[in-house]
Amino acid sequence: MVEIRIHGRGGQGSVTASKLIAMASFYDGQFSQGFPNFGVERRGAPVTAYVRIDDKFIRLRSQIYNPDYIIIQDPSLVEAVDVFAGAKEGTIALINTEKPASDFKAPKGVEIKTIAATKIAMQIIGKPIINTILLGAFAGLTGIIKIESVGQAITEQFTDEEIVKKNIEAAKYGFNSIKKK
Amino acid sequence: MRKILEGSRAIAETINACKPSVVSAYPITPQTHIVEELAKLKADGDGHYEYVRAESEFAAASIVLGASATGVRVYTATSSQGLLLMTEVLYNIAGMRLPIVMTNANRAVSAPINIWNDQQDAVTMRDSGWLMWFGETNQEVCDLHILAYKIAEKLQLPIMVNLDGFILTHVVEPVEIETTEKIKKFLPDYKPTEFLDVNNPLTLGAFATPEHYFEIRQELHQDIIDAKKAIINSCNEFKKIFGRDLNLVEYYGDKNADTVLVAMGSVLGTIKDAADELTKAGQSTQGGPDGKIGVLKIVAFRPWPKEEILSHLERAKNIAVIDKSISLGREGILASEIKQTVGGEKNVTSFIVGLGGRDVTVQMIKKIYEQAKNKNEEAVFVGR
Repeated sequence: MVEIRIHGRGGQGSVTASKLIAMASFYDGQFSQGFPNFGVERRGAPVTAYVRIDDKFIRLRSQIYNPDYIIIQDPSLVEAVDVFAGAKEGTIALINTEKPASDFKAPKGVEIKTIAATKIAMQIIGKPIINTILLGAFAGLTGIIKIESVGQAITEQFTDEEIVKKNIEAAKYGFNSIKKK
Repeated sequence: MRKILEGSRAIAETINACKPSVVSAYPITPQTHIVEELAKLKADGDGHYEYVRAESEFAAASIVLGASATGVRVYTATSSQGLLLMTEVLYNIAGMRLPIVMTNANRAVSAPINIWNDQQDAVTMRDSGWLMWFGETNQEVCDLHILAYKIAEKLQLPIMVNLDGFILTHVVEPVEIETTEKIKKFLPDYKPTEFLDVNNPLTLGAFATPEHYFEIRQELHQDIIDAKKAIINSCNEFKKIFGRDLNLVEYYGDKNADTVLVAMGSVLGTIKDAADELTKAGQSTQGGPDGKIGVLKIVAFRPWPKEEILSHLERAKNIAVIDKSISLGREGILASEIKQTVGGEKNVTSFIVGLGGRDVTVQMIKKIYEQAKNKNEEAVFVGR
């Protein structure tokens, strides 16, 4: 079983991100479970969401304490929240930032990858919608979900054709930019 | 069709496929998404029911009571304070023998105010005369709703289908969503025998003097006990049509286990995972813990499946009942019921977990398994 924890701020779409990953892995033929850390939602407040992926139905209902992957949607959270809590040997953290990975202090055994998702989003979508770029990057980085399935999840989730098109483009950009590294 | 979707949406789509005539609700976290989806389905032209937005839960319950009394299929949903506000109407619905199906997204009760999951709201309605069922997964919850309409309309008894708020209502997971076409093979159109009709006047829920009230209550009591047989038959029919199992109770793990954990709702998934880990650990360590563990899931809290529970707990020495609710000053409510059923010979302990949304982990279940062997007279709170 693969366990993913997403850290973001209210309004950044952390819950949508967990849903999209769960959907994409379902379309890949896997079993998945995406859920928010049930808080009181406020714009800007730290938010956590989770995803589990497995080859059989996922019965476990607890939160995720020892994630295999951590997605950090806002770099300021690294200072504000213990984003690396429970990280283990081999955990990979993907941070949305323009800074290089070496600027962040990670616990021993944790690998940090960075992508300037906000900057890319402004170029492609024209708004700081970072979710789908990070999703594409996650697919490129890990291979756990296929980029085609990410596209399918985006198509299912959003109704507006233009939004779907731009977000798929953004996801592909994220996918390719981290794959090349 | 197998879909990946939020639990609330899965329930809304299943309810829509059951073709109710009237839906009335008042939004409350964590039930909100269910009734939002039903309102949206209606607004989009995909739901063919009257959707009545009520001004309170008391009104919502009253609206479905009135609608059901006219002989149509109805639906409502609520949580926590909303359920408590419905109390008076819920007793009336049961007394009037109206076949209403309601979803309760389990949530803690105030004060202090808390929007998160436990099962205190539901168990507070234990004695209202409603049948009460608890689902472990969103698939089971959806299936229980289809079964609920069948049983409610056959026996003229209201049914509350419970699912853990947030943990199930807000999780995105795969669920088989059944079509109206297929559901109709199992659940025929509702044909009421007695209903409010201007051409054939009658009174429902009328005055009953001491001469009659006593027997009316006794009859309701007996009908709830007798509901078991109809449910078992319908579960078999359900399996034939949909290919999935539904049961009053479900046993998991070693049939000869000394220690059996008993619970209701979504926590069973975590308990089953813990049981597998304990069994594995027991097999690999020589002279270590015996590792033999059984799990008993209670799906039907009402009717109370006494014989099924007794047969599964016959060989158990230690029984750990894991409740997400408490009769304050006593113990877990499921624990009391299990104790009453199995008698004084067995070592039954009441464990309290998850109040107000406290997360329940595999580690905590392992701790409960270890402590189940001790003789604990009082309820044991496992918070971490």
